[in-house]
Amino acid sequence: MNFPVLSAITFIPLLGSLIVFFLPKDKKNWIRWTSTILSLVPLGLSLYIYAIVRENPGEMQFQEVYSWIPSANIYYRMGVDGLSAIMLVLTALLSTLCYYYSIYTIEKRVKEYYFLFLLLQVGMSGVFVSLDFIFFYVFWEIGLVPMYLLIGVWGGKNRIYASIKFFLYTLTGSVAMLLAIIAVYLTTGTFNILEAAAAQPFAENFAMAAAAFWAFFIAFAIKVPVFPFHTWLPDAHTEAPTTGSVILAGVLLKLGAYGLIRIVLPLFPKPFAFYSYNVPIIPILAVISIVYGALVCMAQWDLKRLIAYSSVSHMGYVTLGISAAVAGSALNGGEDAVSSAILALNGASLQLFTHGIITGGLFFLVGMIYDRAHTRMLKDYGGLGNKVPYYYGIMMVTGFASLGLPGLAGFWSEFFVFRGTFGVLPVFAMIGVVGIVFTAAYILWKIIQHIFLGEFDQDKWDEATHHAELTDMATFEKVTMWPLVILMVLVGLYPTVVVGLLNGVSTVLLSN
Amino acid sequence: MQEFFFNISWLIPLFPFVAFFVIILFTQGNRKLSHSISIASMGISWLIGWGVAFSAFTTAHLEEHPIHFHIDWFPIGSTWFQIGTWIDPLSAIMLFMVPFVCLMIFIYAVGYMGYGTDEVDPNYSRFFAYISLFAAGMLGLVVSENLLSLFISWEIMGLCSYLLIGFWIDKNYPDPDQITPREAGLKAFLVTKIGDLFLLLGILYLHSQTGSLSYDVVFSHGVLQTLAENMVTLPLLGTWSAASLIALLIFGGVVGKSAQFPLHVWLPDAMEGPTPVSALIHAATMVSAGVFLVVRIFPLLNIVVEMEHHNPAMGFIAFIGAFTAFFSSTIAVAQDDIKGVLAYSTISQLGYMIAALGVGAYVAGAFHLITHAFFKALLFLGSGSVIIGCHHEQDMMEMGGLREKMPITFWTFVAGGFALSGFPIITAGFWSKDEILAHAWHEFLHEGVVSWPFFVWLLLTLAAFLTAFYTGRQIWLTFLGKPRGHHAEHAHETPFSMTVPLMMLAFFALTLGFVGIPEEIVGHGNNWFHGFIGHEYPATPLSVPVMLLSALLAVGGLFLSWLVYGRKPLAHGEMDPLERGMQKIKLGWLYVAMRQKFYFDEIYQATFVQGSIKLADIFYQIDYFWVIEPIVRFVAKISRLLSKGTGIFDTIFIDKLVNMIGRVGVIFSDFLGVVDNKVLDGIVNSTGRGGVLLSFFSGLTDNKVIDGIVNRIAEVTGWIGVKILRPIQTGKVQNYLLVVLVTILALLGLYLVY
Repeated sequence: MNFPVLSAITFIPLLGSLIVFFLPKDKKNWIRWTSTILSLVPLGLSLYIYAIVRENPGEMQFQEVYSWIPSANIYYRMGVDGLSAIMLVLTALLSTLCYYYSIYTIEKRVKEYYFLFLLLQVGMSGVFVSLDFIFFYVFWEIGLVPMYLLIGVWGGKNRIYASIKFFLYTLTGSVAMLLAIIAVYLTTGTFNILEAAAAQPFAENFAMAAAAFWAFFIAFAIKVPVFPFHTWLPDAHTEAPTTGSVILAGVLLKLGAYGLIRIVLPLFPKPFAFYSYNVPIIPILAVISIVYGALVCMAQWDLKRLIAYSSVSHMGYVTLGISAAVAGSALNGGEDAVSSAILALNGASLQLFTHGIITGGLFFLVGMIYDRAHTRMLKDYGGLGNKVPYYYGIMMVTGFASLGLPGLAGFWSEFFVFRGTFGVLPVFAMIGVVGIVFTAAYILWKIIQHIFLGEFDQDKWDEATHHAELTDMATFEKVTMWPLVILMVLVGLYPTVVVGLLNGVSTVLLSN
Repeated sequence: MQEFFFNISWLIPLFPFVAFFVIILFTQGNRKLSHSISIASMGISWLIGWGVAFSAFTTAHLEEHPIHFHIDWFPIGSTWFQIGTWIDPLSAIMLFMVPFVCLMIFIYAVGYMGYGTDEVDPNYSRFFAYISLFAAGMLGLVVSENLLSLFISWEIMGLCSYLLIGFWIDKNYPDPDQITPREAGLKAFLVTKIGDLFLLLGILYLHSQTGSLSYDVVFSHGVLQTLAENMVTLPLLGTWSAASLIALLIFGGVVGKSAQFPLHVWLPDAMEGPTPVSALIHAATMVSAGVFLVVRIFPLLNIVVEMEHHNPAMGFIAFIGAFTAFFSSTIAVAQDDIKGVLAYSTISQLGYMIAALGVGAYVAGAFHLITHAFFKALLFLGSGSVIIGCHHEQDMMEMGGLREKMPITFWTFVAGGFALSGFPIITAGFWSKDEILAHAWHEFLHEGVVSWPFFVWLLLTLAAFLTAFYTGRQIWLTFLGKPRGHHAEHAHETPFSMTVPLMMLAFFALTLGFVGIPEEIVGHGNNWFHGFIGHEYPATPLSVPVMLLSALLAVGGLFLSWLVYGRKPLAHGEMDPLERGMQKIKLGWLYVAMRQKFYFDEIYQATFVQGSIKLADIFYQIDYFWVIEPIVRFVAKISRLLSKGTGIFDTIFIDKLVNMIGRVGVIFSDFLGVVDNKVLDGIVNSTGRGGVLLSFFSGLTDNKVIDGIVNRIAEVTGWIGVKILRPIQTGKVQNYLLVVLVTILALLGLYLVY
């Protein structure tokens, strides 16, 4: 038997959490370093999977199947294709960076913190490799509780409110999903995601298919989040500790979009296409998320809240791309429509990765400045550009990547999404691109201009920050940011390193 | 040798690109090394660029068979998108111009940024990194084989213009209404971004129609024909061919980048950047990129003409160009800032080129693009030399009498100025501008007086006169008479690193026109430029009256301005004679409007800028205070009310859930256990976001601190029970689960019914 790589990736963090559990809690550095070093294993294994899967990204590989609850036909079923592989790399990378960053920044309840965070990684990785609905659902829920506690214990002033809101919102979605899973099981008799997709549940019955579709869609849309299910996000992001925000934006939001691609798209192509093309509710919501989200960002004066809202806008590209892909594959437009659909889906799934590294990076950067100044208000800052040039430079790269500057990673996902959408739903592409200008405005005008440009005013700084010391990035902060920055540039210049894998998956998903 | 240069043409943008990374990452601390890397890489690019250009000049049938290299870039389904280089006559002449002008500017920048003096810029190295990236963007754009890599280079230049215009990030002016560099950079980025949206849409449209963006495919005759035959009816705008729509969308990007009306507002403020930047942006690179793009996509416009004999899209383009040319030259007349005049003159000259392409003068447009790059770079660098010589004085009303103090700057500036005015025979500007006017005139004869070519010709002719007038005004005000300010009094000639580039550029500003003299004068087959770049397109027939007229306008404009400003030089503080004259004939308001740039900044500020900010605020209010969030809370409230008294659900669902969470909690409290001194210490020492430490700082009383700690302990011990379990038990979750249960029942019912 082959070495179970996927189980290892998923459960080594669990092992880590057990180790942390048994370490004495005053050995803070042991806990910190054990977690960080141990997390290099899943990272290395993910990269190994990446290297193998890229040869044949459209196929499910490394499959592991064991019977779990035979009476209910529930299996322990794992597998990866190109999309899962990319998401695993993203999860493992951001987790490792968070453990590392926390070594220097988390002092409160270190043991519990690492215990929960490792548990969170189990849930996230598990979702990306599960091929069984119940298995998927269990991992989905496993991710929920630790994040709730991370916000509730290590968060900011309104953390209790924010964490409960997060919990209830996501729970609502979870329950809707559970119902839909049961419905699918009742009609197909299987919890196997791939088999269920092949069986096409409710193919003959549009009303049922639509009902199950909406149940899944809402569950995932809350997580993405799609307008109008997004109001948990600004609170949760703003109150979460830095690493919590990084994981929330970098990975947890992706779970929803991943579900749309892995489950909703193959299982319910008809209702999905119907509500994307004939009655285009979903692209409308997506475009609202993009433009409205960007405008709401422009109105923010709290840096962290601004970036939180930017996720609403940027994840709108994902929703738009997925719905355009579904619509395009359902149209009988021949080769052009199929290639538009593939482009749209490539863009949407690439956006999962690029938004993960870019917004993850932005939240790290916010955390770094907050740890110095203890304020998130943009008006408290000004003129830092010549004071902390290193930080300024890293923020510029990340900010420009976020606004989709060509040559950096964010551009490609936007470009593919808009190109794909233009071939299928041109009006939505035309409205959606307006978001680009507003995005540029809030990144450059709000963030860059208010924090870095202008003359530095020592008195104002002292008053706003109670005489905080202003130092440029420390070594550990540079180490945290560099992998992300390198990826932004690398993917920006040669997108194939990621798109090569995603393209194979999109081709398979949309070929039927 | 030709083969060799063509094979390494992809290296041209790569050298400055690598230089950018090397400087920004490694050599920021070493000024000398930084500018050496920057200039050396640009020098290598220049050598290869000229190698490629001259190889291209001597390659037969290059127009029909461009040199094309490409490799796979990224996959789309089962096909690959390619990236590569494309050397045709157009890219060849650009490779003649761009790297040379860039190199001159790089060398000049060493002096301008104060190397080796006390006034050396603190971010000197970073400046060279940015201009290297800028040059890489422009060179990448020139050698691109497809519109996507062109677009990427285009946007990289947008980034660099933002960085360079706003280079002095902390500069403030005493007058709060005066735009600061950082604001000007932002303005440039956002305004051009609006144009770029159209360009992006054009690219998306083209790709979705043809499945490719490579020039090889999209400009092949078959594809062009399909595009021209594909008619699209738009609401309100009528029926257009896909080819025209794509061309117009792409033209939207040009309007932004080449600062055409109505997106011209960013360019004059771009003067806030260091002067070498102004020269880079206004001459060699960014703005000419826009015109270059129109020349690039000219086949898309031309195919419609070929098939239907006229193209309304081109009429639109011509009119935008001609109007911009005229309108901005009226503003230039009333500017007192030495760089301001040049900024508006750039907008105006770009208008000429756009108008030329709009009337179908492919060759003339490209010709003027090249000649203008040389003399405008010269003028900007000359004005920079004046500014440095006058200790950063930019107001021409404070200058005067610099002819003796800065002789090299003076004579080179005259050469550039006369070229800009189109001084007959001996300047490059004359030949290229004349060809544009002749082509417009030709079209106008063809179409009749009440046609758009007539207005295009008329506007361009008026603009030609104004150009000569304001250029003359600038030269006389700056260099003749006596110094009007103490800065001009103590002016000095600038170092060789600045004056040598001026002389090099002056040479081309005077002579470059000779490669494109009409065949009627030099004999058949001797118009080299036309033969090289555009023998597919008909040559502009020489028109003697037009040539005489344009010579007359150039000389007349210069002479008139000498009568007004040169013959009797202004005294210090004296009113501009033009303003005085206009006031006399009750046109003083018009002069003020011209000087205030016809109030476009104010109008845009009040509408678009304030409008977006207002809209953003309103949306945020809707999102969090008025609609969305209240609805969410309302739903939560309703479900809570519903669940009151529905205790049975507790026993079925909630208990299990609570137990589950409770179990997690129990496990937790087991091993977290007791609150000991360590936790307490940890809290007190915590530098995190806990309120305890902050309250130390804010100087609250001991009691409060202690209270805070006590509360904190209470929170720690009770956090699972109080904060987590209680809300769940008080009904919030039940309500959600109630809703869920109802849904389950409904769903099951639905399933049973069907």
